[in-house]
Amino acid sequence: MMRRSRMSLLAAGAVTALALAACSSSGGKQSTEGDAGKAGTATTPRMTVAFITHAAPGDTFWDLVRKGAEDAAKKDNVDLQYQSDPDGANQANLVQSAIDKKVDGIAVTLAKPDAMKANVQKAVQGGVPVVALNGGIDAWKSMGVLGYFGQDERIAGQAAGERLTKDGAKKALCVIQEQGHVGLEARCDGTKSTFPNTEKIYVTGTDMPSVQAAITSKLQQDKSIDRVLTLGAPFALTAVKSVKDASSSAKVVTFDTNKDLVGAIKGGQVEWAVDQQPYLQGYLAVDSLWLYKTNGNTIGGGAATLTGPAFIDNTNVAAVEKFASNGTR
Amino acid sequence: MTATATEPSRGVATQDDRVATRPLAARLLSRPEVGSLIAAIVIFLLFMAVAEPFRNVANVGTILYGASTIGIMAVPVALLMIGGEFDLSAGVAVTTSGLSASLLAWNFGLNVWVGILLALAVSVAIGAFNGWLLLKTGLPSFLVTLGTFFILQGVNLGVTRLLTGNVASADISDMDGFASAQNIFGSEVTLGPVTLKITVLYWVLLTVIAAYVLLRTRAGNWVFAVGGDAAAARAVGVPVRATKIGLFVAVGFCAWLSGMHLLFQFNTVQSGEGVGKEFIFIIAAVIGGCLLTGGYGSVVGASLGALIFGMTQLGINYAGWNPDWFRTFLGVMLLLATLVNMYVKRRADLR
Repeated sequence: MMRRSRMSLLAAGAVTALALAACSSSGGKQSTEGDAGKAGTATTPRMTVAFITHAAPGDTFWDLVRKGAEDAAKKDNVDLQYQSDPDGANQANLVQSAIDKKVDGIAVTLAKPDAMKANVQKAVQGGVPVVALNGGIDAWKSMGVLGYFGQDERIAGQAAGERLTKDGAKKALCVIQEQGHVGLEARCDGTKSTFPNTEKIYVTGTDMPSVQAAITSKLQQDKSIDRVLTLGAPFALTAVKSVKDASSSAKVVTFDTNKDLVGAIKGGQVEWAVDQQPYLQGYLAVDSLWLYKTNGNTIGGGAATLTGPAFIDNTNVAAVEKFASNGTR
Repeated sequence: MTATATEPSRGVATQDDRVATRPLAARLLSRPEVGSLIAAIVIFLLFMAVAEPFRNVANVGTILYGASTIGIMAVPVALLMIGGEFDLSAGVAVTTSGLSASLLAWNFGLNVWVGILLALAVSVAIGAFNGWLLLKTGLPSFLVTLGTFFILQGVNLGVTRLLTGNVASADISDMDGFASAQNIFGSEVTLGPVTLKITVLYWVLLTVIAAYVLLRTRAGNWVFAVGGDAAAARAVGVPVRATKIGLFVAVGFCAWLSGMHLLFQFNTVQSGEGVGKEFIFIIAAVIGGCLLTGGYGSVVGASLGALIFGMTQLGINYAGWNPDWFRTFLGVMLLLATLVNMYVKRRADLR
């Protein structure tokens, strides 16, 4: 009996030791938990907003858009129904299903305006207020949409090109993670228009090791490249590894941010990022629908409301950092 | 990595021609991987000729890295195909594995190594589930694993979002055990001018082990037997169930290895990754001489297929060809490789 209990005591001790050793003393979820200050809640009647984007599954950029939309929805007493599909026809169907559900408002991205046009117009004619965000700056007005919140991808590209010229760059490599994506092409083309020595490369965005190897090989092939311009935060972080692999002296710059990227700018691995404030796009889209419904307001005076481009670099990264750790920048 | 057969003595002149050894060259040429070897050499010479950076020895590491991330999965996928089955969930399962390790460790504040072991359990379980469901239902593996493919895709996204509020796993590089795990799964070694990622070592190791098992052990014979004719194999006492489930588990294990590299190379895993890679693994195996119908193929060939894919993918960049046509070049090269493979095999069979 004695022996038995000593054994079980030993076993219990061993299990406890193992369990303790199994825990990490640093990092993890616990160290990130903290609450961002949230605004109060409106007392207006509950309304339903369908939020329909062309986000590909797993794209971190849309986390920020969605958080902005969710925060606005919480504040405005809105029931937010977030949906996305990268395929134009499928996204248009989501608009149709929102009309069928008789929602009080629709926020939609118009990255593929031709596919979206018919159903968006149907919603507008049916008396459902619609706002556009993120994509479709040339198309939203003709569809009768109330407002647009986003950046002009071409202007953003031009701003990046101007910045490259100012930085004294010689040759830039523009990394496109999805071949045939209009917005991404517009960014590279915009950059090329103000910084002519820009070359494109296509990589498979859903396969990080191949992205890394592809950028590495391009840097090995063309030693004159001194800037790698990526079009999404995760790819910038991968490009940093490629630059190291290729023993290149190129600097990494990028469009769009996430928490890890803000850290990389602070750490000096990434020079700067073009920020289009995705959180703001999501927030304003929902908030503007609420304002329209409760007070008949529209934002932008018939013109697009630009949320970018702005630059995040080592001069202002500290200010952005604390918001990024909340997952809202 | 070429198979070198030893020539037995041919002293006796009056030999029954049914058991006579064919000439060495003919026997070598009729191996399933020879076509892909020659195709690999053709592609290699082509890029040597047109792409200056391809000739630089220091860049070998980049090419081998590109090939190794495909090869690690192409090896078990080839075994599975020889065993007569497909796994369409193989690409997404890699992401699932990386996410499992990262999310479990992060969410519960565990040592990273605990997360790694739990991920191994998850990956092996997915493989076993595929195999079990296949045998239980009798549905074609194409359909069963297509189901798992979609299920895992949704789970990857849904669970990641549920736990982190984002669609990518959180950075775990500041957690206990990360550094030591990175040494195992995401490090590199420098050999003279060449820097090799550790995945290259795993790839070669897996190829050697799998080739040995397939060609020199009883389990290897079982794989060929269940792929050739499962009913006949069962009749002569081959454990068909165990063999098939074992093959799916092997895919799961390699998905785990691949997923760990993904995690420790990039610190975070994007939950939408891996879609479409399953076909690249299958293509590598087919270039390497695996038949889509099962019962025939080679793991060395699958590895050569991965090498061809890696060389082509990066060779196009090294050659500086117009990137708009990248996929077209890739497609043409792959067709070329497959045609060379077929031609060589047909010539060899005629002898």
